[in-house]
Amino acid sequence: MAPITVTIKLFAHFRNGRFKEADHQFPPGVACREVILGLGFRLGEMGIVMVNGQHAPLDYQLNERDTLALFPLVGGG
Amino acid sequence: MDKILRVNMTNLTTAVEEVPAEWAGLGGRALTSTIVAKEVPPACHALGPNNKLVFAPGLLSGTAASNSGRLSAGAKSPLTGGIKESNVGGTAAQMFARLGIKALIVEGMPKGEGWYALKVGKDGVTIEEERGLLGLGNFAVIEALQSLLGKKTGVIGIGPAGEMRLTAANISVKDPSGKIRSHGRGGLGAVMGSKRIKFIAIDDEGAPGIQLADPEAFKNASRIFTKALMDHPVSGQGLPTYGTNVLVNILHEAGGLPTRNFTHGQFDGHEQICGETMHDTIVARGGKPRHGCHAGCVIQCSQVYHDKDGQYLTSGFEYETIWGLGANCLITELDDIAQADSIMDDLGIDSIETAVAFGVAMEAGLLPWGDGKEVVRILREEIGKGTALGRVIGSGAGAVGRTYGVTRVPVVKNQAIPAYDPRSVKGIGITYCTSPMGADHTAGYTIATNILNVGGQVDPLKKDGQIELSRNLQIATAAIDSTGMCIFIAFPALDIPECLPALIDMINARFGAKLTGDDVTGLGKTVLKLERAFNLAAGLTSADDRLPEFFHSDPVAPHQAVWDFTNEEIDAFWNF
Repeated sequence: MAPITVTIKLFAHFRNGRFKEADHQFPPGVACREVILGLGFRLGEMGIVMVNGQHAPLDYQLNERDTLALFPLVGGG
Repeated sequence: MDKILRVNMTNLTTAVEEVPAEWAGLGGRALTSTIVAKEVPPACHALGPNNKLVFAPGLLSGTAASNSGRLSAGAKSPLTGGIKESNVGGTAAQMFARLGIKALIVEGMPKGEGWYALKVGKDGVTIEEERGLLGLGNFAVIEALQSLLGKKTGVIGIGPAGEMRLTAANISVKDPSGKIRSHGRGGLGAVMGSKRIKFIAIDDEGAPGIQLADPEAFKNASRIFTKALMDHPVSGQGLPTYGTNVLVNILHEAGGLPTRNFTHGQFDGHEQICGETMHDTIVARGGKPRHGCHAGCVIQCSQVYHDKDGQYLTSGFEYETIWGLGANCLITELDDIAQADSIMDDLGIDSIETAVAFGVAMEAGLLPWGDGKEVVRILREEIGKGTALGRVIGSGAGAVGRTYGVTRVPVVKNQAIPAYDPRSVKGIGITYCTSPMGADHTAGYTIATNILNVGGQVDPLKKDGQIELSRNLQIATAAIDSTGMCIFIAFPALDIPECLPALIDMINARFGAKLTGDDVTGLGKTVLKLERAFNLAAGLTSADDRLPEFFHSDPVAPHQAVWDFTNEEIDAFWNF
């Protein structure tokens, strides 16, 4: 099966030493969890995980051209 | 012995009163709303002699409790026509508390055209005629008062916006750096202007200070409470590093960042105005990413923002202001927004109401979208000088919409809707509708649970659970607003089990009381219902607990979300 392309966006201190936004390729059916761990994060660091602008569980399976956005626990108001 | 200071501006008399027994256990919002509800005729004109302006420090203000230095101001709002409480950091709450001032009540209205100043100290309050500082901006007033009365003097004042009684006018309070924090939303500055009081100077020399009923218990609870604030990733790390403006990118990603006067949920220029960019800019220019609005704040969400030449430009540069002029008005120059923020502080005008008013003005064609320089000019030359256009914009989003025939006017109870689109973050829409304050995100900040995964998770795009979420948060917020605590303590309080009990233990140790969690929830419910009852008596109805029509009819991208709550569903909020 051909790999899928997923746009990954990082925010706040997740950007430090990494990137803001990049397209990565993964095997079809890859879960958010595997992508997060593959980037060197611990799952406990994750504040918000969004796929295409909606909150997604860690076992959510990504599809071609999905956008995965990762935020640490931050807030304001 | 705590006391009530009462100032009658009709007769120009003052009095020091004992605290009535039924007010003894109240502070902050609970006290201002109780006094307004008891003493202000609900149907009075908010800018007339029958309205009263009440200031009250929180229950824990003046103690060593972290983040407890908030001052509440309350009155009938000239913007919403309902009750208003607005709280602020700065130095005044702690000075009032150390002076044993439970509340300062300003009533009546002078007959002539003269202006006055109040001087508050250990012996009470005096009224003096004021001439020299009239017409000046807040920064000049603070500077003048500091050289006249000493660096430590406390200042609560109004800028030109309050003197003109504009309904977006703030009451401004000096912060520990000699800059400004604002009693925002609802035009309390206009109420102070109607009483013809330019400023209140506070001298806490010789103040009796705070006597704790149980100092040891207080110390223990305070330690646990502070640890919870430091341990939570939002209050301990996120807010100090990026400030509230970290939300630009989060709301953009979630499709809840109101853009171009609430026509889109995402802003192409988000990276230019976001918290990450702001943080890097502040650091590169030698500013301060962390800064507290009052002594004893351990969260430090404020910051000091410098201009391109490394000179001070503004502080307390909040997400809502940056969203309002940024995404909502399509301005991408952070420096222009910072300059506007500083001018708004100086004029003493609400940066949410004014920014949303500019969005409506742009929709009306009064100025081009995205023109930050023209916004700065209008602030200085039109609002600052009180031209007809300036007064219309300075009277808020609703006034601009009515004057120029705009139908997309994001207000509830005539108060501008802030930085979270209620179609794509539905819980906050319930708060906008039902809060007795008018559209106010801080009244029940569902963003925590809808978006930030704090206090659980409620899907922002679905209706399920939003009424309960907003209700629980509004009750908790009404209670927290009465303690003198910053609302950001809610982040750890929602997630760390020791946090809220420690807060209650501190209140008990301060007063020798035996409050339980249920008592505190009960206080929140009582305050909300009291405020709601005032509004109904003032002539507001459940028809005022609604979002504007366009939120129902115009889907917002990217989720194509609409506001789909029925009137009955919204009204069920009050079933408690």
